[in-house]
Amino acid sequence: MSISAKLTDMPDHELIQRGTGACAGCPSPMGLRIVGKALGPDAIMVMTPSCAVASIGMMPKSCYDVPVLNVCFASAGASAAGISGALDVQIAKGVIAGPKPVVFNWVGDGGTYDIGFQGVSAAAERNDDFIHFCYNNEAYSNTGVQRSGATPLHAATTTTPAGKSEGKKSMPLLMLDHAPAYVATASIAYPQDFYKKIAKAKDIKGFRYIELHAPCGPGWKFPASETVEIGRMAVKTGAWALWEAENGALTINAPTLQLAEGKTKPSSLEDYLKVQGRFAGLMKDAAKEQAIAVMAQGIEKELADLLARSKR
Amino acid sequence: MSREIATGNTACALAVKAANVDFIAVYPITPQTTISEKLADYAAAGELTGKYLTVESEHSVMSAVAAAAATGARTFTATSSQGLLYMHEILHYAAGGRLPVVMVNVNRAVCAPWCLYADHQDSVSQRDTGWLQFYCASHQEIYDSIFLAYKVAEQMEIPVMINYDGFLLSHSMLPFETLEQEVIDSYLPARQPAWRLHPQWGGTFSNVAGAAEYAAYRHKLAQDTLEALPVIKAAIAEYEELTGRPQPGLVQAGSKGGQAGGTGRTGGEGQADSESQTGGESQAEVYLLSMGSMAAEMELAAAELTKQGIPAAALKLRIYRPFPAEELAALLPAGSTLIVLDRNLAYGHSGGALLMEARSALYNSGKNIKIAGSAVGIGGQDLPVSLLIEEIRRLLEVTKS
Ligand SMILES: Cc1ncc(C[n+]2csc(CCOP(=O)(O)OP(=O)(O)O)c2C)c(N)n1
Ligand SMILES: [Mg+2]
Repeated sequence: MSISAKLTDMPDHELIQRGTGACAGCPSPMGLRIVGKALGPDAIMVMTPSCAVASIGMMPKSCYDVPVLNVCFASAGASAAGISGALDVQIAKGVIAGPKPVVFNWVGDGGTYDIGFQGVSAAAERNDDFIHFCYNNEAYSNTGVQRSGATPLHAATTTTPAGKSEGKKSMPLLMLDHAPAYVATASIAYPQDFYKKIAKAKDIKGFRYIELHAPCGPGWKFPASETVEIGRMAVKTGAWALWEAENGALTINAPTLQLAEGKTKPSSLEDYLKVQGRFAGLMKDAAKEQAIAVMAQGIEKELADLLARSKR
Repeated sequence: MSREIATGNTACALAVKAANVDFIAVYPITPQTTISEKLADYAAAGELTGKYLTVESEHSVMSAVAAAAATGARTFTATSSQGLLYMHEILHYAAGGRLPVVMVNVNRAVCAPWCLYADHQDSVSQRDTGWLQFYCASHQEIYDSIFLAYKVAEQMEIPVMINYDGFLLSHSMLPFETLEQEVIDSYLPARQPAWRLHPQWGGTFSNVAGAAEYAAYRHKLAQDTLEALPVIKAAIAEYEELTGRPQPGLVQAGSKGGQAGGTGRTGGEGQADSESQTGGESQAEVYLLSMGSMAAEMELAAAELTKQGIPAAALKLRIYRPFPAEELAALLPAGSTLIVLDRNLAYGHSGGALLMEARSALYNSGKNIKIAGSAVGIGGQDLPVSLLIEEIRRLLEVTKS
């Protein structure tokens, strides 16, 4: 199907039903709706412990209309590899009818950046045939919002009550350095861009990585109605960059590209931070101005690095 | 059928190659590694029926094979020691998920400190993960157990761990007989899973359960694990019939004087004394229970003790989970003495895991059996027959006091 400009033009297919256990405003079901539309019904989902699992509904009920294997926290890379490899063999033997369904992980930043990192990295290195989606809400939300490797500098979590003193690592760039066929970042606020990227990934064989920036109301402390708006602010400030890389060739996507090229001015970083309760401590800090200036410099550098990489 | 002289790990790899396996994931660790390497050679030569995947850790090995099994695939892996410990979380997952993975664990001591040699601390530490556990005492048992394990695992939808002693069996060259492919195929047809992780079947697998659903599910696993006992017996009987090869039972008795324990490693001839065949006047008074390769030395010790005027017979436990409690009790005449030698330690308790199992299995037997035991052969310590006899005599004194 052609890539549409409008959400309503996307296929009707849903992999998630109404009435999940997710919090109001949760980005995970929003993201999964787009995934379902882009991948269609012939897919198998693998999940690790996370909000997306805690909100499935209690056994024997489930909100998912796609076969799901809930695996252990560090298992995503290997389990998806196992499913994918076992399907290949059984389809080749004629035991299971082809074509092969799309195997994909729907895993949080905890299951991707931290405890599951080794397994995801190894799957990328082996080029196992599946898509790894990381929905990045920048914390271990399910267990009550503890810090993760994706939690940004100064953000308060229940294990960094005074604000995180370290920055985040760049998982998407780390994945890019594994040289898979496709790596992309996306945002819950840009569903068409996300849809396009999934549709592209669907047609590629081997390991594919898509990371979705997914603001979490209860975790970041903003009202449930603001998920998409906060996501948009993250992109417009440059705090979250949209890009994709096909066979290692990196392309920065709009509107990040215009920021990186200096064609549009980034939105106010302070405005983005102050609507999130997790930065309340920073906002009251005497050294706030300076701290925000340092964060802005970090963003500038990241965008410059991306731009340089896109021209390689 | 052909006769081979090769290592225990080769016996294992040959059986895996013949078992129509769909998916194998491995990670190296001594003394298991040569299984993985053999399977890699078979894969490179196009002789494997399935995919061979090298992953980056044992946690990932078990995550991969368990998930592969969820698609309906027949899966295999092998590990040892730290590798088995590293899998622990996913062992529970595979059993809870009723995913019939078959794994070989080549028994090796656990760290700290590092030690490469055989004991059973690695596998007995996994006792309550819900896996069935077999122990082998010969290369023939290693080879045969692979087919038995798939038969039982797939019928019960419970994973099976086949254990055998590192180096003592894994690396020693000993004779064993292989089977014709047609015989194997007729014994072990392709897996017929009740469901598959696939859009054609659908379903959310292993989501969050409330206490009622969870408890029912786990109690069912416990019940089915017990019900695996007759299934294992039937699988053994069918295997014997098809191959004409006598098989040791769940717990195997040698005759008095240790002639027929059936490890095939002591020169003893007859193999197939089953549980019921120990009756008669020439009963032993002292029984020597062990699992793993040590059974061979226990047979020799029984023979020697008998010569010395203590009528003794060796008992070799083949199936540790489910524990064949009734079968063990049936082998022991009233008033007899049971000496249990464990190749593992039950910290905070005397002896090892098998001693505790035997005591609890016989507590209600009403046979007034005296039981004593200790841990020997830890970290691969040598077990010459002279040492066993010394230890058994010491324990016999303990039972008298
Ligand atoms: C081995 C293991 N350690 C810890 C946990 C507890 N746990 C469950 S979910 C979770 C956090 C998940 O974080 P993330 O992957 O970011 O998903 P989110 O909850 O944010 O959606 C943790 C720590 C677990 N299930 N398994
Ligand atoms: Mg998270």
